[in-house]
Parts: sequence; C-alpha cells; structure tokens
Amino acid sequence: MNWGSLENFLAMGGYAFYVWGSYLVTLGLVIAEIVLLALRKRSALARLRLHGTAQGDR
Amino acid sequence: MNWFKYSSPQTFFPLAGKLAVWFGVLAAIACTAGLYLGFFAAPTDAQQGEAYRIIFIHVPAAWMSMFLYLVMAFWAGLGLAFNTRLSGMMASAIAPTGALFTFIALWTGSLWGKPTWGTWWVWDARLTSELILLFLYFGFMALQAAIDDPRRADKAGAVLALIGVVNIPIIYFSVKWWNTLHQGASVSLTKAPTMAATMLTGMAVMAFGFWFYSIAAALMRARCIMLERERASEWVADYARGSA
Repeated sequence: MNWGSLENFLAMGGYAFYVWGSYLVTLGLVIAEIVLLALRKRSALARLRLHGTAQGDR
Repeated sequence: MNWFKYSSPQTFFPLAGKLAVWFGVLAAIACTAGLYLGFFAAPTDAQQGEAYRIIFIHVPAAWMSMFLYLVMAFWAGLGLAFNTRLSGMMASAIAPTGALFTFIALWTGSLWGKPTWGTWWVWDARLTSELILLFLYFGFMALQAAIDDPRRADKAGAVLALIGVVNIPIIYFSVKWWNTLHQGASVSLTKAPTMAATMLTGMAVMAFGFWFYSIAAALMRARCIMLERERASEWVADYARGSA
C-alpha cells in the first residue's frame, strides 16, 4: 500500500476518526496497563521495606 | 526438567521476571511487524475503504478476550482442584488483561460499526455476549477484591470463572446460531481464506503480538501478586532488600 503522502496516510481515506480512534485508544490503554503494573510493583516493594524491617532482619 | 519446581512462588518469581522481559520484546517486534503489514503491505478494501484497517486490532483483541478467559478459568479450576497457591495467583493476574482486550474489542468494534453499519452499537448476539464477557471479568475481579482472605477469594473467583466459561462458545458461535448484524467468522479452518493474504498475515502477526503482550503483562502482574501475598516469607523480604 503506497499512501503517497503523510496527509493521505493520516486521512485514512476519510476514516481517520474511526481508524486512529481505535489505534490510539488501544495504545493508550496498553501504556496505562504497563505504567500501572510498574507502580503496583513499586508500591508493593515500598510497603515491604516499610514493614519488612519491623519483623526484624532475620 | 522438573516442572513442579516452578509451581512454588519462590522459584517462579525470578523465572516470571525473565520471561516477562522476553515476551515483552517479542510483543514489540510482532506488533511493529503487524502494523507495518496492516498499514503498508495490506491493500485497501474494495467495499470498506480504509475503515477495515481496524481489523488488525479488533479481531486479535477479540480472540485474546476469549482465549485469556479460558486460560484464566483453566488456572482457576486447577487451583480449585489441587489447592495450589500459584494457580489462583495466575488466574487473578490474567483477569485485568483479559478485561482490557475485551474492552478494546468492544471499543474498536463500535468505531468500526459506525462507518460500516451506521450504528455504534446493536444488541445482537455477538456484541451482547462479548459485553457479558467484560462483565464476567469485572465480576471476577470485584468478587476477589471483596474477600480479604486470598485463598477464599481464589475459590470464590474460580467458581465464577468456571461458570462463565459457558459464555465463550456462545460468543464464538453466536454469528452462526443467531442472525446477527455482526459478520461471520473472518478466519475458518475449514474454508479457504476470504481475504487478501497480506491482510490475513497482518492479522495473524498482530494476534501473536497481543498474545506475547498478554503473557508479559500477566507475568508482571503475577509477580506483584506474589510480592503482596507472600510478604511474610523470607524470600520476599530478601528480594525487597536486594532491590532497594
């Protein structure tokens, strides 16, 4: 598929809203999931360091 | 190789970390290749113009939404039958990613339906059963979140997950059993492909990308769950100290 120009590519034959609306929301949700997972791990580790020492360093 | 070695969180945790990285890399490669095929190799559709390019996420996401539910129910059932700790953790780790792909399938379907059917939504069997799948994922997560004891939460969730499996064949065969606005299966094992080879290849490569991504995300979440649930154990304390 040869789009010819960037404008043509972005226009998606008049379906830009539907095509890019699908792709961008998917990309955003996937990035959000990765960020949330990283944050969840960080907070789990932070809590462990906070409470882990309370149990004493065995 | 002793597979049971990896059925304990302690030994599975580092393996899951390594696998998550590898599957993440594979997902990035497959999705890049799939998007290239989808946008630059695949031709314009004769009937739908460029709107059809939504297919490269819609169909793989819909496949994943159903497949992940089956994998989740499999782990949940295994945990219920053998009372293994890791099984329940895996089921809980898959649910949010499954819900994500179910939402993406519904969202992209809606954006595809508007220009091709003239409506964002209809209550036909395919769309309704896929929406029920989303509610099953939400129900599973809400039920688990509502029960404090993780082992009891796993058991209750497992029962819900196993009952919900009934919905999967309903989604899959809905386009056959009922007269739906949604079209029939795009890919069939028994019939010759009805679309251009590059379209089919792009869709398959994207499906592999989503599959690899799901594995990576589920393993990352499983690691978080292990850290949270096993926080009283020695190895978790060691890990927390080591990564300080």
